[in-house]
Amino acid sequence: MSAIISVSHLTKVYSSEAMQTTALQDITFSIKKGEFVAIMGPSGSGKSTLMHIIGALDKPTSGTYVLDGKNVEKLNDDELAEIRNKKIGFIFQAFNLLPRTTVLQNVMLPMRYAGIPKNERIKRATEYLQMVGLGHRLDYLSNQISGGQQQRVAIARGIAMNPALLLADEPTGNIASQQAEEIMAIFQKINNEGHTIVMITHEPDIAAHAKRIIMVKDGKIVSDKLNPKQIKAKLHHLTD
Amino acid sequence: MEINELFLESLKTLTINKLRTGLAILGIVIGIGSVIALVSLGQATQQAIQNQIQSLGANLLTVSPGSTTTGAVRGAAGGGETLTNADATAIQTSPEVTTVKAVSPEVQSRSQVTAGRNNSNIQIIGATAAYAEVHKVELAEGTFITDADNTLMSKVVVIGPQVASDLFATTDPLGQSIRISGISFRVIGVTESKGGTGFLNQDNIAYIPLNTAQKEVFGQTYLNSISLEAASSEVMTQAENEVGYLLLARHKLSDPTQADFSIFSQQDIINTASATTGTFTTLLSGIAAISLLVGGIGIMNIMLVTVTERTREIGLRKALGAKKSIIITQFLYESIILTFAGGIVGIVLGVTASFLYSYFTQSIFVVSAVSVLLAFIVSAGIGVIFGWYPAHRAANLQPIEALRYE
Repeated sequence: MSAIISVSHLTKVYSSEAMQTTALQDITFSIKKGEFVAIMGPSGSGKSTLMHIIGALDKPTSGTYVLDGKNVEKLNDDELAEIRNKKIGFIFQAFNLLPRTTVLQNVMLPMRYAGIPKNERIKRATEYLQMVGLGHRLDYLSNQISGGQQQRVAIARGIAMNPALLLADEPTGNIASQQAEEIMAIFQKINNEGHTIVMITHEPDIAAHAKRIIMVKDGKIVSDKLNPKQIKAKLHHLTD
Repeated sequence: MEINELFLESLKTLTINKLRTGLAILGIVIGIGSVIALVSLGQATQQAIQNQIQSLGANLLTVSPGSTTTGAVRGAAGGGETLTNADATAIQTSPEVTTVKAVSPEVQSRSQVTAGRNNSNIQIIGATAAYAEVHKVELAEGTFITDADNTLMSKVVVIGPQVASDLFATTDPLGQSIRISGISFRVIGVTESKGGTGFLNQDNIAYIPLNTAQKEVFGQTYLNSISLEAASSEVMTQAENEVGYLLLARHKLSDPTQADFSIFSQQDIINTASATTGTFTTLLSGIAAISLLVGGIGIMNIMLVTVTERTREIGLRKALGAKKSIIITQFLYESIILTFAGGIVGIVLGVTASFLYSYFTQSIFVVSAVSVLLAFIVSAGIGVIFGWYPAHRAANLQPIEALRYE
């Protein structure tokens, strides 16, 4: 299978007048289509910086990053915006839904920026919201529903553009553990449908849902292993 | 992305915080409102002055005696004794003057007039029959001075409506007698009211035959002015030249700069008056424009606060794929909607204010379409100019920084 993400010799240095801080140091890895990868690491390990670069929110100091066949490291702001719109679905720790805006409109937003006609947008947004179990909440305002529900809206928004990569940053960090399990169940469901997922987390319980776990420490990859438990489950799932 | 969807979104955002939106547009409302009101007021004043000057006569030229030079001492303009009855007759009869329709030789002075126990200090004008035509004097009752009255030096007088009410109150003044400088005159007519105040007051005047005025009342042989009615407005300049050359020749002057008389057209007077009121209008509008500028700065301030408050929202929009142009458009729409709404309310208030002013002072109500149109354009323009910086600031936010912002 072809690589969705291909990162090689990636380095990120933050410079200020006083000092230079190396956040990422010579990172190389690739992720294939359909993978579910957890990137783990303690705070300050550089995992957030890595996520920003993979998410086309930030540019590396050196190295290359190819996303779905496109070199991302040299693009300008508007080109990056287009990449984020078409190829990446974001799921944030704080949900980041537009306040005072309906659930349906929130899911429609990235499609609006892509210039998809309104009828098509409504149809697709409704479908995805039904998929995450919120078909009965379409006209609720985003601030009138629970945290778990808000994150499900964010997932629907994340997959609305059918992106090459779904990028989740501590997706369960702000929600109760029971609802966190529901969120993870949805992640696995959409992963089984073929979506590639990269999830940043520091919680081993949550990372355990992924098929592959990359550990980052001090700006370097310290381990990159398949998750045996999930592989077994997957095999089990396939042989069923 | 459809433009009107973005517009509706901006509109919705503004309705969320109604008090702030209201206060933000208040500055623009006051600015536009005062510009509209002051420009209207200025134009109304200008129109009023123009109307009054025009009511003095159409296509009017006035010949005034120039300053007299005695050795090195130059007298005041208009104080000379250089215009004579013969000059007036010459203008009327000369074959070289082809564009003058009527000639009205005039003398004037202020004098005390009495009727019974009432008295008043008014302008006395010695006039011929031509005066009524040249100065468009209409009679409310009776007749104006005739050529016969002039030739016979009759002691007759035509009075203005204010003189009539001052001296005779409710009694019909026709046939009554009034005393001017101790000489008794019989009232033969009362003029229609023309209005006007101060030196333009056309109602506080009495007209007596020119000859009577010169020989019996004022004791002077010269004229204070000769008023001319040109044949049409197009030949005003030609008439001015013809009369000018005739008088230069009659006064045996070869150099026009040495002229001992001067000729004003009514247009000159209107222009002078308009220039004066125009200066005031400009000055007042300038002050109003400053308040508009302050209003614009208020809009910019509010937009900057809005951008800061919505940093996370902007970051999210950018993360989801909003390009710079979309963010700029969104915030520009907001500022334009603010200033445009302020402009509309301001126009309504300004027009209402000038209407109320004209209603209560019974003056002319003028609102020019140009100033309203300009107000629209200016208010939208302020939205663009003062919204530009905040919108660009929003568009240039880096998504990671913006998403992290608390």
